Amino acid sequence: MHKIGRQTIRFPNPPSISNTASIVGPKEAEGPLKIYFDKVETDDTCGETSYEKAEECICYTAIQTLLQKEKLQATDIDYYLGGDLLNQIISTSFTAQKIAIPFFGLYNACATFSEGMQLAACLVSGQFAKNVIVSSSSHFSSAERQYRSPLESGIQRKMTAQWTVTGSGAVVISNQQKSPYITHITTGIVQDYGVKEADNMGTAMAPAAVETIIAHFNDTGFEPKDYDLIITGDLGTIGKEISMDLLSREGFNVSNIYTDCGVEIFSEEQDTHARGSGAGCSAVVFSGYIYKKLRNKELNRVLFVPTGALLSPTTTLQGDSIPCIAHAVTIENEPQLGRG
Amino acid sequence: MADYFWVFVVGGIICVIGQIIQDTTKLLPAHILVLYVVTGAILTGIGIYPKIVEVGQSGATVPIMGFGYSLAKGAMEAVDKDGFIGAFTGGISATSAGVAAVVLFGYIAAILGNSKTKR
Repeated sequence: MHKIGRQTIRFPNPPSISNTASIVGPKEAEGPLKIYFDKVETDDTCGETSYEKAEECICYTAIQTLLQKEKLQATDIDYYLGGDLLNQIISTSFTAQKIAIPFFGLYNACATFSEGMQLAACLVSGQFAKNVIVSSSSHFSSAERQYRSPLESGIQRKMTAQWTVTGSGAVVISNQQKSPYITHITTGIVQDYGVKEADNMGTAMAPAAVETIIAHFNDTGFEPKDYDLIITGDLGTIGKEISMDLLSREGFNVSNIYTDCGVEIFSEEQDTHARGSGAGCSAVVFSGYIYKKLRNKELNRVLFVPTGALLSPTTTLQGDSIPCIAHAVTIENEPQLGRG
Repeated sequence: MADYFWVFVVGGIICVIGQIIQDTTKLLPAHILVLYVVTGAILTGIGIYPKIVEVGQSGATVPIMGFGYSLAKGAMEAVDKDGFIGAFTGGISATSAGVAAVVLFGYIAAILGNSKTKR
């Protein structure tokens, strides 16, 4: 058994994240992380007739870019794991139909990317696969229609609302000896603290992120100082503040190494209110920004904790609260943590 | 000129109340929309809204509260004319021009335009 504690797995033979690809829309390309992305779609319809088709196009482009970068054919990939935010995860399923790789469709909302990384790491480390692709995607305009209101109704967004990232990130997880490696994973438990506002996701998701981070530290015995960076998925400015506060109350001072993908992807001037969110948010920030920082050794140990709000449009309309989840993945250039 | 002033003030106040509700409560835009229509109808029924319309004119009839006002006013007038059945027919006939215009203009806009991502 390589399981340690209640929620964590330590990989004795850590799988490698051998490459990544990130595709973003025009607004993300105006943000502070613009230089890190592989490709920018300047037209967020991608020349398609609907935003759902546009999202599928972005998802497919990310997979194609990844295969090209890694000089692999689709037939070299054992499994494709992925998901998105649309009903029946259509962007990912339709992409899977085109690329013809054995496919596991996943849904953990905006934590889908780390859910996929965790399962892919298990498949590779358990020697059931050599190369596994994980992707997740989102699109501002398809997500607005899916979760909130059609764009045409011109609803005023609250200041707590976050802006769904248009983009798709994809990674190859393989059994190569190539840094960085996934050395630990901590799988989240669904948390629900009774927040009901679908336009205040950061507040809803923060306790899930904090629970998973604390479970990770408790299971492994690591401390914040073991990491160069702890980065949550898409809590935005409000959720980030709440997480920092909750963690410091629990005795974990992470203030100088902690940030959030949603906060990083947009700047204050872009007027997105509480900054970015969406299944594509943590995926493109990891595949673009974090991965490149890991490869050039500016970062060596990262705890990546995407967060997901597991609501549906129906539960929102019926007045239910928002259950949330977060999955943590430890990524190291040299697998040293927990090895004495 | 005084008319324009009062139209502006009354319309503005109605919108400011909506904005305050939006900013300080957990109500969604759709809740506020329904709340406004119902409030307009009730205020008309108890005789308050017609007085607001007298002062504010289109400042009071153009916002969605004015739709509730037209519904209630139409129903009350039809009851006077046709009796009890007017409560069912009056509201719809009073607002039918607006409703038909919404369907027509919405359809034309959908043919001519495409939805675009907010900037």
